[in-house]
Amino acid sequence: MMPGAGSRRAVALHLAVIAVLFALNFILPEYHRGIFSRVMVLAVFAMGYNILFGYTGLLSLGHAMFFAAGLYGAGLPLYHLGWGVPESFVVGLACGVVLSAAVGVLALRTTGVAFMIVTMMFSQVFYLATLYFTTYTRGEEGLVLPQAARRVELGGVALDLTNPASRYMIALAMFSIVLLATLALVRAPFGRTLVAIRENEERMRMLGYDVFRAKLSAVILSGLFCAASGAAYALLFGYVGSGFASIQYSILPLLWVLLGGAATTLGPLIGTLFMFYVIDITSAYTSAYLLLVGVALILLILFFPRGLLGSIRERWLPWLP
Amino acid sequence: MGFGPYFLLASLEGLVTAAVLTLTALGLSLVFGVMRVVNVAHGEFFMLGAVLAWAISTAFAGHPSIGFAAALLVSPLVVGGVALLAERLVLRRLNYDPEATIVATIGLLYIVQQLALTFYGPDARPVQAPFNIRVTLPWFGYSGYKLAVIAAAIVLVIATWLVLTRTKVGLVMRATQYDRETAQAFGIPVDRVYAGVFALGAMLAAIAAVLVVPIQQAHYLMGRDPLLLSFIVVIIGGLGSLRGTVVAAVLIGLSDGIISVFFSPTLAKMLATLLVALVLVFRPQGLFGAATR
Repeated sequence: MMPGAGSRRAVALHLAVIAVLFALNFILPEYHRGIFSRVMVLAVFAMGYNILFGYTGLLSLGHAMFFAAGLYGAGLPLYHLGWGVPESFVVGLACGVVLSAAVGVLALRTTGVAFMIVTMMFSQVFYLATLYFTTYTRGEEGLVLPQAARRVELGGVALDLTNPASRYMIALAMFSIVLLATLALVRAPFGRTLVAIRENEERMRMLGYDVFRAKLSAVILSGLFCAASGAAYALLFGYVGSGFASIQYSILPLLWVLLGGAATTLGPLIGTLFMFYVIDITSAYTSAYLLLVGVALILLILFFPRGLLGSIRERWLPWLP
Repeated sequence: MGFGPYFLLASLEGLVTAAVLTLTALGLSLVFGVMRVVNVAHGEFFMLGAVLAWAISTAFAGHPSIGFAAALLVSPLVVGGVALLAERLVLRRLNYDPEATIVATIGLLYIVQQLALTFYGPDARPVQAPFNIRVTLPWFGYSGYKLAVIAAAIVLVIATWLVLTRTKVGLVMRATQYDRETAQAFGIPVDRVYAGVFALGAMLAAIAAVLVVPIQQAHYLMGRDPLLLSFIVVIIGGLGSLRGTVVAAVLIGLSDGIISVFFSPTLAKMLATLLVALVLVFRPQGLFGAATR
């Protein structure tokens, strides 16, 4: 993206989105504020997925393992060792980085369909591991993190993570950091390298770029964001379970990103929010929400492969990052 | 009892698993080989076959073999029809792009699974075996039906192989697999071949499912394990290689049966999945890929 009017407009748009989300804290009714907190945390997951799928063009079917690495990395020390919230969060991030580096080194030796299957299988191994070590993880049933442990002392101010307002603000803070980081990344040379690799990997290699290293960095960054989302989810909502490592949680970020628009900075938020409300509204009439997920996936890929923001960018707002 | 009886039992159970797995994986392998499409909904075709088998066989009163025979005939046809519809309505419009078709078949997976839950329910239901004979072996009696499943799988695999290598239909399929564009240029209706192959792959899964329901009950989530195992088989055997698929299915079915008798099934599944992922990373052509090429 060229610096200029479009670039300034993009920054203004992102700041405006954050400001609106901040204002919503005071406007939204309690129930919807809860949904928005959850959506912001999960949108970070989707943004992490988007780095790899949208910008680098690598379709992974195993991102549940990075989310779950953050989830368990933060949840287990808090639950079993009685660690504080900040230390647990950092452990969650570290788990995500280590796991994504290991998976990246192995999986990036493959391309295309093989990459999808390999990531899916590694994720399946992670899922089975959470079931196998059921003494510590309690498997499908999961762990409920005690309310008393979910407090932070920050400069004399005690933050209770079970309080809806502080939960919303923490979710918003993390979401904003990741959103602005993504925006900065997309406009930085590294971001453009990733897009160029997506468009023509061979040419980048011929031009002398270290393609493997760029892709590995993208995997690790993506893993870091997803782990941050998982760790925050565990600490804010107090539940850690195998379900979050299952294949379904690898598919959901794909759906959210496809819906909002792959390779758009705000698409993951819109996709997550939209899907959450679609499921919320339809669940009043039917419990068959998986049917909806399936139909949405097929319709999107058939008729709307660019997603909401992608289509808007194509038609009306070419400056959208 | 010593080691011998346990081992024989484990091997027999393993062979039954292998028989069912071979048929399921053969379907997946055909679709991948000819169309280059990874069908994530393959396990759901398997499940649909089993659920339909239950529905059909309970509709018939009288001797269980009548209902079973009807299920063996009708269920694969219905599943094939569903697959054909999905191929025409979705996959063809995506022009068989590998990534798009994966996303679409994931969608199909959720749709079929949810519809099965809605209309069939969350219960596991049994289907009666068509006959009930015990075959006497050195240490114990063994279900004659299970042995019949093994025989049926062998016959079907040989039949598939004969169709592929000895008939015009098989020739057309192999030509399409070898080079889609050249085949088209020689007047082969590639489009119709794709539709047929996709339906055939689903039908093989459905046949495997009908054979397995008297042993294992029909359940709406039963497609998960066959999908994963078929993936493993197709990868180990070399993507798109039929001979490799059959060899790998027998190997994996046998070792799965033997391992799960002696070890924790979760641990076994975990190690097997990890091992296969590493095979795909370090030997993408599969363990038998080089030999069958």
